[in-house]
Amino acid sequence: MANEVVLLDAWVSMFGMRARIALAEKCVKYEYVEEDLRNKSPRLLQANPINKKIPVLIHNGKPICESLIIVQYIDEVWTDKPSLLPSDAYQRAQARFWADFIDKKIYDAGRKIWTTKGEEQEAAKKDLIDNLKVLESELGDKPYFGGESFGFLDVALVTYSSWFEAYETVGNFSIEAECPKLIAWVKRCLERESVAKALPESKKVVDFVMGLKQRMGI
Amino acid sequence: MGDQEVKLFSLWASPFGKRVEIALKIKGIKYEYFEEDLSNKSSELLKYNPVHKKLPVLLHNGKPVCESLVILEYIDETWKSERSLLPEDPYARAMARFWAKFIDDKCIAAMWGARKNSEGQEEGIEELTEHLKTLENELKGKKFFGGDEIGLVDITADLIALWLGVLLELKGIELLTKEKFPRLCEWIDDYLDHQIIKETLPDRETYRDFLLKAKF
Repeated sequence: MANEVVLLDAWVSMFGMRARIALAEKCVKYEYVEEDLRNKSPRLLQANPINKKIPVLIHNGKPICESLIIVQYIDEVWTDKPSLLPSDAYQRAQARFWADFIDKKIYDAGRKIWTTKGEEQEAAKKDLIDNLKVLESELGDKPYFGGESFGFLDVALVTYSSWFEAYETVGNFSIEAECPKLIAWVKRCLERESVAKALPESKKVVDFVMGLKQRMGI
Repeated sequence: MGDQEVKLFSLWASPFGKRVEIALKIKGIKYEYFEEDLSNKSSELLKYNPVHKKLPVLLHNGKPVCESLVILEYIDETWKSERSLLPEDPYARAMARFWAKFIDDKCIAAMWGARKNSEGQEEGIEELTEHLKTLENELKGKKFFGGDEIGLVDITADLIALWLGVLLELKGIELLTKEKFPRLCEWIDDYLDHQIIKETLPDRETYRDFLLKAKF
């Protein structure tokens, strides 16, 4: 059966990057479509009428939304390559728990850093570092969150690293100084082709955020 | 399945905790229940969920699993022989996960919005109405979100079936009516009439009294 795979995405999105990494890990051929988020295409609105967001994976005409759901779908469909999720149910639950933690805690803190000033920004910086430290502690001495192998949780978090320099530039602080082990893990992940190709250069994200701040007047 | 020690730390009034109980009962899993006091969190809770310090927490052979949706998938994957909570097909599974997330992310936020007084409430109600319409559409042609049987999404939607109705009643908001949402109301009736759901969820009066006392 022909496998038609399309990814509606935006280069700067840490959520879109997750889908890109998963597809690359599984060696899936797909059509990448860059969406203009200020002018959403009819295709995107039709594929994700409820949230109207990217990424959306369209597999043989059927849309799948929400990045972590997309990654799990990719893992469950393309089983000829190593699994991204652990084989043990308990380990899988842990991976899902921490992925949920990342999206609840890291995203908001990061966003507040570049959209606020003063006390609010300081609180957001502290929040981000505290939560990254929790994750760093969860990583421990393992090479990857998945243990010996790169997996689901690594995919979930590593994409945020492309935004670290943007947070650091706006917030005037260093994530590496606070979380050296985590940055070492990021560098390890970047040695994988799937990750290196999916993540944009940090400088481009910095420019993007600065441009966005200017347009938004913040 | 041999030595299976299953403990659940929860709150009788929590829709999240009730989800886990429903799932355990559907799967026929024996478990020990521990009622928590949020004003005085037990040392077990703080030990087993140090990150969020929240309920419910499932303890399986001494290992904790937190976050209700994570727990539901864990239960489904660990006790495979009984009825499945999630479909087999990867696309159907992705859809089930999507709807569960939709309920937890969007509907809960809208429910909180509907609680506020003055302007915030109007917006909250508008948002809630939109989300309920979406769920109404999703139910067309199906008895339950899961099809013929209750599945992950129905279990997650326990808060729509019970909590939302009670909340709206207390706030005097006429939203969840048969005229506006015929399919959804039918689903609520079928759901609340289900043997396991009846056994597990608190009854409306008890929950309403609890909310009144808590000055919700």
